[in-house]
Parts: sequence; structure tokens; C-alpha cells
Amino acid sequence: MTNQLELKNVRVSYGDFDAVKDVSLNLEKGQIGCLLGPSGCGKTTLLRAIAGFEAVAAGEVAISGRIVSSNKNQIPPEQRKVGMVFQDFALFPHLNIERNVGFGLAQLGRSARQSRIAELLSLVGLESSAKAFPHELSGGQQQRVALARAMAPEPDILLLDEPFSNLDSELREQLAGEVGQILRQKHITALLVTHDQQEAFAMADHISVLNAGLVAQTDTPYNLYHNPGNEFVAGFIGQGTLLNISVNALGEMQPALGQLNTEIPTAPGDMLRLLIRPDDIVYDAGSETSFEIIQKAFRGAHYLYQLKATDGQIMPCLTPSHVDLPVGAALPISFNMQHHVVFKNTRL
Amino acid sequence: MEIATTSTIEIPGSQARPSGWRISLVFVASVISIPVLVVVASLALPYSDIWQHLRDTVLADYIANSAALMIGVGIGTFLLGVSGAWLTAMCNFPGRRFFNWALLLPMAMPAYIIAYTYTGLLDFTGPVQTALRDYSGLGYGEYWFPEIRSVGGAICMLSLVLYPYVYLLARVAFTEQSTAVLEASRSLGKNPWQTFAQVALPLARPAIVAGVSLALMETLADYGTVDYFGVSTFTTGIFRTWYGLGELRSAAQLSALLLLFVFALVVLERWSRNKMRFHHGSAQGTPARINLPGWRGILSFCLLFSTVFFGFLLPAGQLFLWAAAHWQDTLNQAFWDLVLNSFMLAAIAALCCLALALLLGYGKRLHPGPVEVSAVRMSGMGYAVPGTVIAVGVLIPFAWFDNTLDSFLREYFDLSSGLLLSGTLGALVFAYVVRFLSVSLQSVESGLLKIKPSIDESARSLGYRPLQVLKRIHVPMLRPSLLTALLLVFVDVLKELPTTLILRPFNFNTLAVRTYELASDERLVDAAAPALAIVLIGLLPVILMTRAMIKEDPQ
Repeated sequence: MTNQLELKNVRVSYGDFDAVKDVSLNLEKGQIGCLLGPSGCGKTTLLRAIAGFEAVAAGEVAISGRIVSSNKNQIPPEQRKVGMVFQDFALFPHLNIERNVGFGLAQLGRSARQSRIAELLSLVGLESSAKAFPHELSGGQQQRVALARAMAPEPDILLLDEPFSNLDSELREQLAGEVGQILRQKHITALLVTHDQQEAFAMADHISVLNAGLVAQTDTPYNLYHNPGNEFVAGFIGQGTLLNISVNALGEMQPALGQLNTEIPTAPGDMLRLLIRPDDIVYDAGSETSFEIIQKAFRGAHYLYQLKATDGQIMPCLTPSHVDLPVGAALPISFNMQHHVVFKNTRL
Repeated sequence: MEIATTSTIEIPGSQARPSGWRISLVFVASVISIPVLVVVASLALPYSDIWQHLRDTVLADYIANSAALMIGVGIGTFLLGVSGAWLTAMCNFPGRRFFNWALLLPMAMPAYIIAYTYTGLLDFTGPVQTALRDYSGLGYGEYWFPEIRSVGGAICMLSLVLYPYVYLLARVAFTEQSTAVLEASRSLGKNPWQTFAQVALPLARPAIVAGVSLALMETLADYGTVDYFGVSTFTTGIFRTWYGLGELRSAAQLSALLLLFVFALVVLERWSRNKMRFHHGSAQGTPARINLPGWRGILSFCLLFSTVFFGFLLPAGQLFLWAAAHWQDTLNQAFWDLVLNSFMLAAIAALCCLALALLLGYGKRLHPGPVEVSAVRMSGMGYAVPGTVIAVGVLIPFAWFDNTLDSFLREYFDLSSGLLLSGTLGALVFAYVVRFLSVSLQSVESGLLKIKPSIDESARSLGYRPLQVLKRIHVPMLRPSLLTALLLVFVDVLKELPTTLILRPFNFNTLAVRTYELASDERLVDAAAPALAIVLIGLLPVILMTRAMIKEDPQ
């Protein structure tokens, strides 16, 4: 099966600065991929290079097996069969919804065009707004028009550039789920760019975490959270803290966090970094281990405490909110980790 | 802050081979720059005896008079413009909302027309002096009356019609000033007037300087007023050198010298516009206006009313009376021919400017490289260059082309092509385009800036080539900006005097030229009808700006 989208060692530069350094990536037909990363990691630049708005300095971009970008040849955007949903939606303000959606259908006959428009408007649930103008719609509705417009010409791949960031946060996750459902229903290959993990988790099958122009890890959402491949991903996905630990001859962690359970081979005396999620440390009234509370934040159902271990390292702890102790007190805790994520401590 | 998002799309694939857009953009910009470059280049040519003569006799006068005019008009436009802007933007007094737009009315009045009107009103046989003599019983030479035809008179005329430049920019600066800064000053114990002098005015200084430099550029470009008042400046000197002495090269060298003054103003204006960015506060809501009750309100009203009265109502009323008194004589076939000529010329020039502005503005949006950006900037320099200078700069290369072609044809084919380009409407329209392209370019570019680049990109990704995107997306979205561009150039061309005087085809007359000719023959009353026509057309952009202002200040 050929890949719908194939990136081979892509580099994109602005002058001397490489915004994207070396990225390889594949998407099969019907898959929804995601480029996730902090701002400035090169994710939007990469998306624009796929769409044809930026030139690649090295490497290749292939869509449906056809090379559309290389350092020798750049096919202009209008010839790529790429649909794009923009962050600000970019609806044409002088055209009504119907004509916005029909804009990319010039090659179709009148009746074919009308039926395609009707099909898409019903897909996104906006049949009744066909004659409305963009400014008359809410943000969420505009978003769905943008999606319908990009899908109308049946592109080989759909690119979504932070499509939900202009919407209210409550609406965001709901729409991300809905859009994911529409794309799956129509078996559309799509690539989403976002900095919001919840959006990425709600929509994508595969997520590539980008950092400084390179792919840090490509994996399923579950694996990114539970098996981060490196410290960057561990720190970026979910909440967590990396603790410096060492291992003694019995395989126990120092400071006293119990027996180390990990797949990576360790030897006594190894200096390691252990990923701790807030829910890995639980309140345990009977425990002999207790750490000093240095900060606490009320979260409704929970308190998020910051604890200071005996060696001075800070770690988070999430407790039910009836566990209400003052800053400075000692919080008795126990560790609740089935599986330890550790990295070799390269900072020493 | 969206500093990083320049509204530009670099289209890959076109970097390797130059696209049609790039080639035409650079070509157009080069052709548009020819007149100014020719004038500047003339400095390097040998200087003739006539130049020696000019330098020894009149050049000092030109410089002294031009400098005096600039100082006078600078002070005049500053006082009128800033007082109007401060009172209407920051204060509350009877008639404020009327003055918001009424203060723009003098913009419709070209300086040479107001000069003719006041001369008719104030000279010895005019109604004012006649009334004075009747009332006082004094006779000729027995009383002192200010001579309108003087440097001082020219300063008054130019200030009365050019202050709106300062008013507009200063008003925007005042209304956009951060309320917090003004309130901080009040809370630190300054009264409203101290706040104005010590905080608001210094903050608005870059805008005011920019406005004054625009007014001074118009002052340097003026020919009609100074010629009529007999004040020798650069523009009249250029005319005299060309028509009186027949010396095109010395005229060009004189023009180049004038450009030096203009250049200094352009630098000043650019520099202050740059500084304006830093002086921008975040205007949060409109500041509370200062109430001016009682005599202070009446004083403000009288001050602004006299500005509008002397700058527009009185001269326009006088023109109307003159034109109406002789309407059977003046509204004849010849008059309608003038109107037709002027409208046709202005419409052609406006359409050419618009087409080129779209080409340049959109081309730059597609390819915002350093070459393209500076090419577009070069094409926009015309607004600062006096019409006289542009006319000289057009005349020289066109005459050279005609002569070269003619002698070539005579030599090899025994034919004479005569004057192919010079003295045609084409040369005139070209000069208008050089002078006014910046006006339409400004409208088009600011309109394009408001369209987000993602709009272009989404149309491209839906399968449209750049030209189709321009046609289907930008032109429909830009319609108001494009109409504004057309209207502004149309009106400017209609008012333009010196370029038309120098370059018009033999016996081809426009409203402006006819007004000038009749006034020069001291037939001021006959000149009223064409002059009034120009003023009425000139009101159109004022109405446009008025509507925008009313939208901003609705209560």
C-alpha cells in the first residue's frame, strides 16, 4: 500500500535558520496524523511546506506517490490536490457559505456542484445556513464551513493548521472529536498541527512530537503518555516531573522510592532520571514515608501539592481535596507506579 | 501582536524562473521612475551660460522666497491644524461635531483658486476696499491696506487650504492617545491645558511633523498661487526658464535643486511616521472630553468657524456669486467642452493609476523580495515631486525619443515622424500617472494589508492561479478601496495645474488651465465657473472622509 503522504528528510529554511531540520514521516490512506509541539518547533512551517506555501531546502514531499516538493522542483499549491483548514478559517467574506464551499469546484458542472455542496453542508450540519455570509455564523460554524470547503474538491490529503485555537476552550475538544469522526467516516487522510495535547489526543491516530525542527517521537497517544521515548516527550506530554535517582545493589531507588521496575537494563550505581506523574504519588495515612509540603493549589476535587524530598528534590502529588494540610506540614505518601519510566541521566 | 505575520506569500517554484508578475512589476517601476531620474541626472550635465545667469541673478530670490513660504505655511498650518484637531478631538463645545468634517472643506479648494478669489475680493476695485472707501470717505492712496499679492498673501492662501493635512494627522494622534497617560497627568496635578502642552502635544509631535511636511510639499509644488501673486519661487523659475528662455536643461537643473528641498521633507516625513509607532498608546475607550462652557465654548466656535469661513465658505460663496451672475455667458458650449476634456483626462489617468497600483501592490504581495519592495517604493515617490518637475522630467526623454526617431527616419527612409510622443495626451497621462500613482497605490496597498494571507492561501490550495485569485478574491473584496483610489486620483488630476500647463497638447484646455488663463488675463469673474466646477468635484473626497469620520464618532 502506498503512503498517502510521505516526507523524506525534509528541511525548510528561512535564510540561515532551519525551521525544520530533518523530518521523515508517513501517513497511510485514511490515517489522521498530528504534528504536536511547542510554538517555534517548526510544525506550522512543515505543514505549509506540504501545502506548497514554503519551499523545501532539502528532502522530498510526496503526496499519493507524486513528488510535489524537492529542492529541484516545487509544484505550486493550486496543483497539489491538498485541502487546507486555516487557523483563522480564511473564509471569503464576500461569498456566502454555499459559494465558499463551492469555490474549489469550478471544474464540476452546475448540478454536480450543487449536489456536492449540499452533501458537504449536510455532513457538517449547516444545510440551513447555505445562504448566510461568514460573519453571520458563530466561530464553531465558521470552522465547519472551512472544513467543508477544504473537503469539497476531494483532496488527496487534508491539512489542518491549529484549526480549533480560535474557539472557546469548552468547544474545542467537542469539535475536535466531531471533526475526527467526520474525517474517519469519509476515510480522509489528514494531518493536524496543534500545540494542544487534548486536541491531538481527541483526533489523531498517530502523533509526531516535534522539537526544534526534529521529530522527538512518533507514536500513538497512549504510548506517548505512558512510554515517552525521551526526556523532551516525557516533559511535554502530560504533567510530570523528572527526578534524579540512583540505583543500589538491590535494585532499589534512592531516594527511597521502592523497587525499580523498568525494561531498560540498569546496574548498581547508575544515575537515572525517573518520570513522576502527579497521580503516581498517593496520600497514604499509614505510610512511614512523608515529605514536606512546600506549595499547595486547590483544584476542586483535588489538591495539587508540591513536596520536597529529603534530598531537596521537588515532586508533585495529587490528593483528594479533603486531605487538607498546611504548607510546611509533612504529607505521608506511598508510591503507586506499575511501571517506571527512566532515562539515563545525561546531565551529569 | 502579529509582528511575525507579514502579509506575504512566497510562492515556491517561482524563485528559480522570474515570473511574469516580477518582470512587469520591475518594468513598470523603472518606467515610472524615469522622469525623476532624468531630472536628477541633469545635475551631472554641463551648466550653460543661462544657468550662470540664473545663479547670479534670481536663484537667491527663489531660495529666499521658497524658504519664507515654507516657514510661513509651516507655522500657519500648524496653528490652524493643531487647534482644530485638539478642539474637535478632545473638547466639548457647541458645534464640535459640525467642525469634525467642516474643517476638511478647504481641502476641496485648490490654492490657486482661493488666491484668485481673494484677489478679486481684496484688490483696489474689489468689494472690500470699495466698501471701505465709501464708508470712510478716503480716496486712493490715503489709507493703508494689506497687499494680497505678496509673500505674506501667498502664505495666508496656502495655509488656509493646506492645514487639513495637519488637522487630519493630529486628530488621529490625539484620539488614539492612551487615555491613561492623559489621566495620569491630570492626577499628578496638571490642568487640562498643561496636560495638552506637556503631554498630548509632545506625544502627537511626530504626527504633526508628518502633516506639516505634507503641507510643505504641496507648498513647494504650488505654481498657480505664486505665479499669480508674482512671488518668484522654484516653480515659477522653472516655468520662466523653459518658456521664457527656452532652456530645458537649465529648467531640469533648477528642478533638481527643488528636489533637494523636497527630499529633505520626504526624509522628515518618513522619519516622523516611523516615530509615530512608538508614540502609539493603546487607546482604551474615548477619553472624557474637556467641557468648554460659556465664553470659552463661544471662543472655540468662533475660532474654528472663521477657519472654515475664510478657508471655504467665503471663497466658495464668492465664486458662486460670480458664476451665477454671468451664468448665461459662462455656462456655454465651451464650458461643457472643458468639463468633458477634464473628466475624460482624469478618468483615463485614474484608471491607468488603478491598474498599475493593482499590478504593483499584488505583485509585491506575491513576491515580497527586496528588489520588488524597493521598486514599489520608487513608484510611490511621485506624491512628493512637484508637477512642474515631473513635467520637465517627462518632456526631456520624450523629446529625445521624438528627435532621435525623426532624424533616424529622415536619414534612412526620408520620412519625418514629427513629434510622436511629446505634446500628446499620452505624455500628459503618463505624467499624471507618475505624480499620482502613489495615491492609488496607497489605497490598494492598505486594502490588501487588511486581507489576511490565509485568504490567498486557501484560494490557492483550492486550485486557483495567482491572477485568478486576484480577480475572484481580491478585486471583489477590495471594491471600496479601489473606488476610493479611482476617486482620489480623478480629483487630483482635475485640480492639477502646472503639469497640464506644460504638457497639454496645443489648444487642448481643461478646467484648471482655463481658470488659470482667465485669471491671468484678470477676468476673475469669467474664471469663476470653471473654478467652481473644480471645487465642487473636489468636495467628493471630502464627503468620503466625512462619512468615515461620522462612523468613528457616532454619538
